[in-house]
Amino acid sequence: MARSIVSEIKRDHIQKLIAGGQRVDGRNWDQFREISIQTHVVETAEGSSRVKIGNTEVIVGVKMTVGEPFSDTPNRGVLSTNAELIPMASPNFESGPPDENSIELARVVDRGIRESHMIDLDKLCIEPGKKVWINFVDIYVLDFDGNLFDACSLGAVAAIKSAIVPAAANGLGEDYPMPINCTPVSVTAVKIENSILIDPTLDEEKVAAARLTVTTDDNGDLRAMQKGLSGALTLEEVKNVIETSRRLGVEIRKLIG
Amino acid sequence: MNNENNTRELVLPGDVLDDGTMKPGAGTYVHDGKIFAAMLGIKSVKSNFVNVVPLGGRYIPAPGDLIIGKVIDIGPSNWLVDIYSPYPAPLHVNEVPWRVEFGDTSRYLGVGDTLLAKVLSVDETKRVQVTMKEQGLRKLQGGQIVEIAHSKVPRVIGKNGSMIQMIKTYTNCRIFIGQNGRIWMDGNMEDMVHAMQAIKMIDEGAQTLKLTERVKEFLESVYRKEE
Amino acid sequence: MGGNSDMKLIDENGIRIDGRKVDELRPIKIEAGVLKSADGSAYVEIGKNKVLAAVYGPRECHPRHMQNPAKAIVQCKYNMISFSVSDRKRPGPDRRSVEISKLISEAMEHVVFTENYPRTSIDVYIEVLQANAGTRCAGLTAAAVALADAGIPMRDMVPAVAVGKVNDQVVLDLNKEEDNFGQADLPIAMIPRTGEILLLQMDGHLTQAEFDRAMELGVKACGEIYELQKDALRRRYAITNSGEVEDETKDEPREMNEEA
Repeated sequence: MARSIVSEIKRDHIQKLIAGGQRVDGRNWDQFREISIQTHVVETAEGSSRVKIGNTEVIVGVKMTVGEPFSDTPNRGVLSTNAELIPMASPNFESGPPDENSIELARVVDRGIRESHMIDLDKLCIEPGKKVWINFVDIYVLDFDGNLFDACSLGAVAAIKSAIVPAAANGLGEDYPMPINCTPVSVTAVKIENSILIDPTLDEEKVAAARLTVTTDDNGDLRAMQKGLSGALTLEEVKNVIETSRRLGVEIRKLIG
Repeated sequence: MNNENNTRELVLPGDVLDDGTMKPGAGTYVHDGKIFAAMLGIKSVKSNFVNVVPLGGRYIPAPGDLIIGKVIDIGPSNWLVDIYSPYPAPLHVNEVPWRVEFGDTSRYLGVGDTLLAKVLSVDETKRVQVTMKEQGLRKLQGGQIVEIAHSKVPRVIGKNGSMIQMIKTYTNCRIFIGQNGRIWMDGNMEDMVHAMQAIKMIDEGAQTLKLTERVKEFLESVYRKEE
Repeated sequence: MGGNSDMKLIDENGIRIDGRKVDELRPIKIEAGVLKSADGSAYVEIGKNKVLAAVYGPRECHPRHMQNPAKAIVQCKYNMISFSVSDRKRPGPDRRSVEISKLISEAMEHVVFTENYPRTSIDVYIEVLQANAGTRCAGLTAAAVALADAGIPMRDMVPAVAVGKVNDQVVLDLNKEEDNFGQADLPIAMIPRTGEILLLQMDGHLTQAEFDRAMELGVKACGEIYELQKDALRRRYAITNSGEVEDETKDEPREMNEEA
C-alpha cells in the first residue's frame, strides 16, 4: 500500500522532464524499452514464451486439451485466456483469485487474439458439435515495472505462434503446428499532463491520467482497443496513439518472427 | 596501523569467519566456539572484532539516524511516514516545528510529501518514532529522489564525507543523504543527471576497489567535456 | 507412488532410464538475483524441473493478527503454474501446495534469525514453471538462495533433495517416471554442516536398511547442492579485485549533510 503512493517530488520530476520532451530513463516518447522474446521455455506446455519489456517480465503457456465446443459455435475450437498477477512480481500484488486488474488484462489480451482470428479456431474442430481443441492461454507476471498489457500480449502471441497441437498424444494423428492466421500486436500509451508516452514504466503509469492500448493486425487494421484509468483523452490523442501503435506494431511484429 | 584487514572478501551465511581468536561483531553468530557469517556481505575486521557488512537487506532504523521518508497516511494528531523499512514510522504533531491544531494535520503535510527527519526512538519490538523538530529537518520540495541500497550509504558519504563532497562540488547540487538509502538532490537538470549517475556507480559497484578514483574520473570527464 | 514394480526403471547394469547411476543427481543449474522487483530471488533447474523463488521482506506483516511481537514470521507459498505439468492444472492453491508451503515455511523458519525483525513477515514465493518430480526440494533449494540474496540473516544455506526406491533399489533424485512408478519417495532438506534435518517426508515402503542407505545418499547429495547454492551467490556478487585496497568507511559519522 505504501509503495503505490507516488511522492510529489517524483511526480513533479517526471512531469518536468516530460515538459522538456524527456523521460526518466532517457527514452523518446515513442520508444519501447528493450524487448526480449524466448519461446519453447516450458516443455510441458504445447507452446510457451518468456517475454521481457525492460524490467517487466512474463511467462506464458499454451495448453491444449480435447473438449466440448460452445453450443453457439459447434464447429470451432475454444480459446480461454487467464492472467495471474502473482505476488512475486510486485510488493503490491496479493495472493488470491484474479482481481479486476488481472481480469481486465486477460480479457484485453484475449480480445486482441480473438478478434484478429490469430488462431484459426475453425481448423481446431475434431468432431463437429462434439469435440474440439480447447486452448488455454495462461499468463503469469513474474516481474512488474509497467506496461503489462503489451508484455502479456506479446507473450501470449509468441507462445501461441510456437505451439504444436498435441494430436498424437490424443490419438488424432500426427502433431502439427498451431494454425495461425495473423500476428496481432498491442501497443500501450499513457497520457501525463498533455504528453503521450509509449510503453510506460511503473512510475510513469502511477503518474498517468489515462492509458490506451491499441492492437493492430498485419495489415495495420484495428482489432482491439482499451482505454484505462480515470482521466480523459481527446480524439486527436486517440488518433495519435493509433497511428503510433500501427507504426511500432510493424517493428514488434518483426521481433516475434 | 591497527589490525584492520581491508581487502573485500564476500562471505555467505554459514561461512566460517574465525575459529576463536577474534570477537564476534555485527552480522555474525557463534556456534561451537566458531564465528560464522549470518548474512551475505563483506567480511570486515576492526579492533579484533570480525563483522559482516551487509550487501543487501532492509534498512532497520536506529535512534539518531537522519532519514528521508514519504507521508503515506494522515490522522488527526499524527502522520504515518514510510521510511523504506519494514517498520512504518508515526510522526506526532508534537514532533514537528509547527503548532498544529487537532485535526488540522493535512494543512502542514499531505500524503505523498517527502520529508527530511530523524529517528527519535526505537523500542524492543522495533516500534519507531520520527521527529522533524531539529535544526535543518524539513519538508523537501522540488529536485529528485534517488534510491540506493541502504548498506551503500557509507560509501556514498565517503571517509569524512569526502565522496559526497566531491560529487556536490562537481555537480553544484544540494544533496541530502538519508541513512535509509533515500537521497534527495536539487540543481540543474543536467547536473542532477550527473550526480545521479555518480551515485548509481557507487550503489552498483561499492564492493569493487578503487571506487573513489573511478567516480572522480567519471565526474572529471563529464565536466571537462562541458567546458 | 504407483508401485508398479513390473516397470523396468533400472537396467541390468544399474543404469536408470535417463542414463544415470543410482547415486547420481540430475544436472543442476542455480542462478541468484534473477528478478528486479523482489528483494531477493533465485532460479533453479534440477533435471527438467524449473523453479523460480522470490523473497519480499522483512516487511509489515499482513494479516496483522498474524504478527508476532517477538520475531518475524516466515511465510512460504509454493505453487505450480498451470502449464508446469502435462495435464493443465487450474490456477490457484490446492491441498498439496498448501501442505508443501507449510513444510517449507517451517524449514526456513528454523534457519532465519527471525528475532531480528519483530512484528514483520518474510514472504517467500516459489513458482514451479516446469515439473518433473522433486519440485518441493527444488523449490526449497531456490528459496534458501533467494533469502540469502535478499540479505536476510540466516544460519546457513539449506539444500534439499529427494531419494527414493525403484525396482527394489534405493536411488537418488527421482525423476517423474521413477516417482510415478517407484516404490518410495523421501524428500529431505538439511544443513550439511550441522546435520540438522529441516524437512523430512516419506511415502511408500522402506526397510530400515533401505532408509539408512537413502539417508546416506541424500546427505551426500545435499552437500553437493549446498556448494552449488553458494556458488550461485558468489557469482552474482563477484567482487572485481583490482589489487588495491580502499579505505574502510563503515564507521563514519552518520550525519554528513549540509545545512541549506
